Amino acid sequence: MYTTEFQKSRDRKVAAIEDPAKLAAFEARVAADEFIEPKDWMPEAYRRTLTRQISQHAHSEIVGMLPEGNWISRAPSLRRKAILLAKVQDEAGHGLYLYSAAETLGTSRDEMIEALHSGKAKYSTIFNYPTLTWADIGAIGWLVDGAAIMNQVPLQRTSYGPYARAMVRVCKEESFHQRQGYEIMMVMAAGTADQKRMAQDALNRWWWPSLMMFGPPDEMSPNTAQSMRWRIKRETNDELRQKFVDITVPQAEALGLTVPDPALSWNEARGHYDFGEIDWEEFHAVVRGEGPVAKERMKARRAAWEEGAWVREAAAAYAEKQAAREAA
Amino acid sequence: MASLPPIDLPAGTSGEGAFDAPVAEPSREKLFDYLLRLGDDSLILGQRLSEYCGHAPSVEVDLSLANMALDLIGQATLFLDLAGEVEGKGRDGDALAFHRDVLDFRNCWLVEQPNGDFAQTMARQWLFSTWQKSLFDRLANSRDPRIAEIAAKAVKEVAYHQDLAAEWVIRLGDGTEESRRRMVDGLDWMWRFVPELFEMDGIAAEAVRCGIGVDVAAFRDDYDRRLREVIAGAGLEPPADQRPILGGRRGHHSEHLGHLLAIMQFLPRTYPDSKW
Repeated sequence: MYTTEFQKSRDRKVAAIEDPAKLAAFEARVAADEFIEPKDWMPEAYRRTLTRQISQHAHSEIVGMLPEGNWISRAPSLRRKAILLAKVQDEAGHGLYLYSAAETLGTSRDEMIEALHSGKAKYSTIFNYPTLTWADIGAIGWLVDGAAIMNQVPLQRTSYGPYARAMVRVCKEESFHQRQGYEIMMVMAAGTADQKRMAQDALNRWWWPSLMMFGPPDEMSPNTAQSMRWRIKRETNDELRQKFVDITVPQAEALGLTVPDPALSWNEARGHYDFGEIDWEEFHAVVRGEGPVAKERMKARRAAWEEGAWVREAAAAYAEKQAAREAA
Repeated sequence: MASLPPIDLPAGTSGEGAFDAPVAEPSREKLFDYLLRLGDDSLILGQRLSEYCGHAPSVEVDLSLANMALDLIGQATLFLDLAGEVEGKGRDGDALAFHRDVLDFRNCWLVEQPNGDFAQTMARQWLFSTWQKSLFDRLANSRDPRIAEIAAKAVKEVAYHQDLAAEWVIRLGDGTEESRRRMVDGLDWMWRFVPELFEMDGIAAEAVRCGIGVDVAAFRDDYDRRLREVIAGAGLEPPADQRPILGGRRGHHSEHLGHLLAIMQFLPRTYPDSKW
């Protein structure tokens, strides 16, 4: 899973007050494709941008467990149940690596979770849409994880070492998820009339939100230039979105499903698919927390955290007692 | 005791009652029922744990619960597929999991109990996994190589479940006032379902006689000792004994199971002609 950068950058002037010599050395290292490691000097704006991006990514993994978790208890076969459990478990694991990677930048996991629950931190807009049928689990694997891979493969070479290394492992697992999702779609698209209907309906509902996962168009993406320069991002939102469309449309055709975009057509001259205008108003509304099930997602996360507080307190109290006993 | 040389019986003769009889084969129906017990315990507990997914007190706990659920669903698949094979009516694990009603489920009451709070979930897990570990240790020596193989694989998973749950019982029991109270309540809720785990009825006895199943009554003392150790480690007192609640092995369950099945089985039952 992936998240886009949503918050407007307030960091542009900060670079000006950094030590110019350190900044120049840093930029040279980044330009030479060296990894920046936690103990290395880095501009504050770099630290903040990365903390925001990695924590949003971590939150997306954790919130992303909810729409799929919604179907574990109703998975239609034992094999599908096991696969989905393993997938959601992988996502929890991704969340953990990513929180750890973000912590190396100096923000604690509790602070990040607090920011999520207060609404200050964002997570991927895609998880604010409901999963209505089993085909949605296929569509999420195929489209959402497919879009995530598209975003994350370049991040394996992102300039911050811990993030890049986390992405290597995450990408391996995401590509499994994508194939598993596509396989669900294959079975359903070749299934009964009811199953085909579910499969087409899932594509209809998930297509546009998947394209939105790449974030605003380049001309509206305030952080892109700086992030590209610092090699936090390696390709622009629109480049990645185009790649995704080009790869995914033939996959939909192979399934015998129709991509819900009348403007979609192959452009021989460009060597790419042309596609219709994304509803950016909807995108911005969902970023603001007005997605169809955004309130449910945040309520579920807050409830899990608040209802689990006594467990975390007990674990901490026990650990303290143990330490005291060992010291005695 | 030194045994006499085995007596070769004519094919098809039951050895039951014969002097120093060789082990007999259990009837197909009884073996099927025995396998359902094993498979249904894992299936229902796996289903219960999977309800937690995304809602646990921390990401680490979420991971560990999903991990246990995954192990249990894997065990259930192996046992139920084998049950279907033994039954010989063309049913596989999926048919058994998704197309039986309450009266045909053979799991114990303990595993179908609702998750409740995290202490209740861990109380259930600990009481069950401690039992299942001892069961699978012995089942790995089953005369039926198919059962032995499943148990030998699963026992490694269950050893981890047992340890993880025991650690939580201790941590919560010896954590804060609140966690202690919740752990006491969780154990109190689950305690009446423990005797059922050690029930030996005709089917269990037959499976033992044939060298296929496990005499659970034989490890009751060992189980009780393990429980006492962990409860003492948690600084708790064992709950007072309660009137045992029995019946799961005969299809007589709590009200909770029907709701669990309604959710779990809804898709295959709504679309019986579909493959997934």
